[in-house]
Amino acid sequence: MAGIDEIRQQIHDALKGQDSDYIEVRIEEREASRIQYRGRELEDIGRSTSLGGNARALVKGGWGFVSFNELSGLREKVALAVKQARLVGRGRAGEFEKGEESKLSPVAPVVDVVAPKIKKDPGAVPLARKKGLLDEYNEIIWDTPKIQTSVIAYGDSRRSVIFANSEGSYIKQTKVDLSVRLMVIARQDGDVQQVALSMGSSDDFGFVEGLHQEVKEAAQRAVALLSAPQFKGGEYTVVLDPVLAGVFAHEAFGHLSESDFVYKNDRLKDIMVLGRRFGGKHLNIVDGAAIPGLRGSYKYDDEGVPATRTYLIKEGVLVGRLHSRQTAAKMGEEPTGNARALNYRHPPIVRMTNTLIEPQNVSFEEMIADIKEGVYVKNWYGGMTSMEMFTFSAGEAYMIRNGRVEELLRPVVLTGNVFTTLENIDAIGNDLEMNQGGGCGKGAQSPLPVSNGSPHIRIQKCLVGGR
Amino acid sequence: MENILKLAKKVAEEAEVFLVSSKETPVGFEANRLKMLETSESTSVSLRIIKDGKIGFSTTTRLDDPQALVDMAVETAQFGAEAKFALPTAQAYPQIEVFDPDVESVAIEHMVEMGKALIDRVLSHTPELVCEAGVAKSEGTVHILNSRGGEASYRKSFFTIGIEGTLIRDTDMLFVGESDSSCNPIREFREMADAVIEQLELAKRPASVPTGKFPVILTPKGVRSALLTPLALAVNGKIVVEGASPLVGKQGELLFDERLSLWDDATINYCPASRPSDDEGVPSQSTALIARGVVAGFLYDLQTAAIAGAKSTGSASRARGGMPTPSVSALVIEEGDTPFEDMIRDIKEGLVIEMLIGAEQGNVLGGEFSGNVLLGYKVENGEIVGRVKDTMVSGNIYDVLKGLVAIGSEAKWVGGALKTPPLYLPSLAVASKG
Repeated sequence: MAGIDEIRQQIHDALKGQDSDYIEVRIEEREASRIQYRGRELEDIGRSTSLGGNARALVKGGWGFVSFNELSGLREKVALAVKQARLVGRGRAGEFEKGEESKLSPVAPVVDVVAPKIKKDPGAVPLARKKGLLDEYNEIIWDTPKIQTSVIAYGDSRRSVIFANSEGSYIKQTKVDLSVRLMVIARQDGDVQQVALSMGSSDDFGFVEGLHQEVKEAAQRAVALLSAPQFKGGEYTVVLDPVLAGVFAHEAFGHLSESDFVYKNDRLKDIMVLGRRFGGKHLNIVDGAAIPGLRGSYKYDDEGVPATRTYLIKEGVLVGRLHSRQTAAKMGEEPTGNARALNYRHPPIVRMTNTLIEPQNVSFEEMIADIKEGVYVKNWYGGMTSMEMFTFSAGEAYMIRNGRVEELLRPVVLTGNVFTTLENIDAIGNDLEMNQGGGCGKGAQSPLPVSNGSPHIRIQKCLVGGR
Repeated sequence: MENILKLAKKVAEEAEVFLVSSKETPVGFEANRLKMLETSESTSVSLRIIKDGKIGFSTTTRLDDPQALVDMAVETAQFGAEAKFALPTAQAYPQIEVFDPDVESVAIEHMVEMGKALIDRVLSHTPELVCEAGVAKSEGTVHILNSRGGEASYRKSFFTIGIEGTLIRDTDMLFVGESDSSCNPIREFREMADAVIEQLELAKRPASVPTGKFPVILTPKGVRSALLTPLALAVNGKIVVEGASPLVGKQGELLFDERLSLWDDATINYCPASRPSDDEGVPSQSTALIARGVVAGFLYDLQTAAIAGAKSTGSASRARGGMPTPSVSALVIEEGDTPFEDMIRDIKEGLVIEMLIGAEQGNVLGGEFSGNVLLGYKVENGEIVGRVKDTMVSGNIYDVLKGLVAIGSEAKWVGGALKTPPLYLPSLAVASKG
């Protein structure tokens, strides 16, 4: 079978003379390895390779999409995508007098090859070394009493994607992605408690090598949770550490900024009108793949649009949103390079990349000083949004009493409403940190590498679940 | 496949080849209108070997280089887990219907019409609703071949239809939706549209609930949203053999309400979760998990069964051709004797929950769930009075399933992998804005 590099001419031939408003082809080659420990036993060690592609066509506002593993007969596959698009376009036209025009925001064609900038390539590290590191971490976990079991999952991948479209773009991008997930489970009698850590990198195997202290603390915390008190739910003043505040930015606001949800709903357009105030003057939220060196970073998105850095909220006011070429055209705004596909089996949709709350000047000590009774929540466990309402769960929670962080609590889930919770942020710290452990899910496309970040933030009247 | 097996047998004691291929054709609607037609074809092949007693594994979508697949598996086997099981020899498989040739012959144009009609029916009730809908058909084959003469293969068809509607008023958002799936073509969707319309009706008026403890009815969707993940983990043989399930060592003990029975069933004809063989070639079966409140069994694949000293329950699954791991197929909770309306009438102040978000983000291994009520209703003096928002509920399955007030008399399929009646819980912790 032809490799990914011999395919340029084939794509060129496949696109020639097709009767469509727009066509793009993506071909993807991926190599991955993974190692997973469960308890003391190595559960899974494996390697995988894949090669596949897709064609996407637009005719009179209708899309056709064909994905495949077999690269031969590319021209017929492109023709099928065009045929499907025409069927949709005709179906849509039936609802109107004259039919519809295909609208895509204009983007200059690009020809480029993007190689990854890698500090330490996981592909060059022998499998034995990777396993050896995990062995070390497992030893640390098992040296901790009362640990029932644990999961350590390591994965790395190298992915090359060729993107070509009927406007003359031809881009080859290669990216590396690394992730480590850790879960430690402690048990006493019938009580089971778990602590999870999730980390990642786009360029450096080195980060996998120095996790001894984090692993030790996670194991100790799982045991400590067995004797931690239950938390009584209700409204509290909460302080979020940079990791959890980053998840908050992603769930609470990021998803609502993805304009594929906004553009098709006129009522939502009215609510999400640029210029609307969502928070205080100190609040700035940014997303961008052009921020270098993170898991959500890239040079071009999966529609060949150059990456940008986009302010979503500036000084508390909605000033921008994330776009694909189609949503940008429909809303009359500039494309932002946020159309991403999990892999060749999926069409690109509007996604976040690296999302962060910009730092201000409040120190952590100042932030908690005047809290009589509150909760300090740290670390990421999960997050979810319905756009208006969102939840995010903390890996660690502590009571704050009279300005001091006190006892460890059982894990808590926090919830909020985007139209009130952002306003209730009344302090933003000076200690921005990015977390690279995130994998974002939207539709069937999960987990997509992203990063989130923030300094410490304080939220008044935040709803915390508990028993 | 035979070729891969032959190459693998040259270097390993045992080998197993797993080939899965599928073709899927979804039709997608966005903002009440047809948006996209798709065709996805995929094939992947996985190789598992046992070499020097250790497991090696590799997978690829490239069928042109079997030697590379064997080499990758051999490389990983030197570090692999110790194989504690033997691959199955030739087996007799149960006759389970999961393929209907009529699925393939449903015309794309007809699927488009169905999606349109479904949206139109819901819009006729609430014209300002913005709907996404999808109708999809697919067909796949699974083929397993191993070095001990074991071989299983089957074809499966799949048809699904679903709708999600968003209603926005000022800054208030309401999400409603239903979906259905089967191995047969689905032709009747009016019931689904009417269920969405009922959600819109019930959610019309806002209501609120104070912070405190209240009785709660979980609808079948609510059961999935709140209880499915902690339940599925607790009975998973992998979690059991490592001692992380709270049910470890409790087999035979009465831990739940005596009216509660739960089993896993991969043998129901035309159910999307059914199959004649699991992903290791072990025949499918129905497995009792909770019988009249008593912990009755767990779900095992070959490796976890061997560790537990049990027999595989035919529960091995592979996500996209990955390593087999025990997994639920379709969970079924037995019907009780209380009509849903009687449950509502019984409540002075409480909630009906259809959908939570974030419920799976807490200590699910410990049985806990804690989530924001995405769709749920307030009950006052025996009647549903409106929709609650900005409300969290929290509980633990080992508390709430110990003493149920009642089990519903009508079970429903939720998403093809759970069939359950409504469950009436005596009390859940509720936290709300107020």
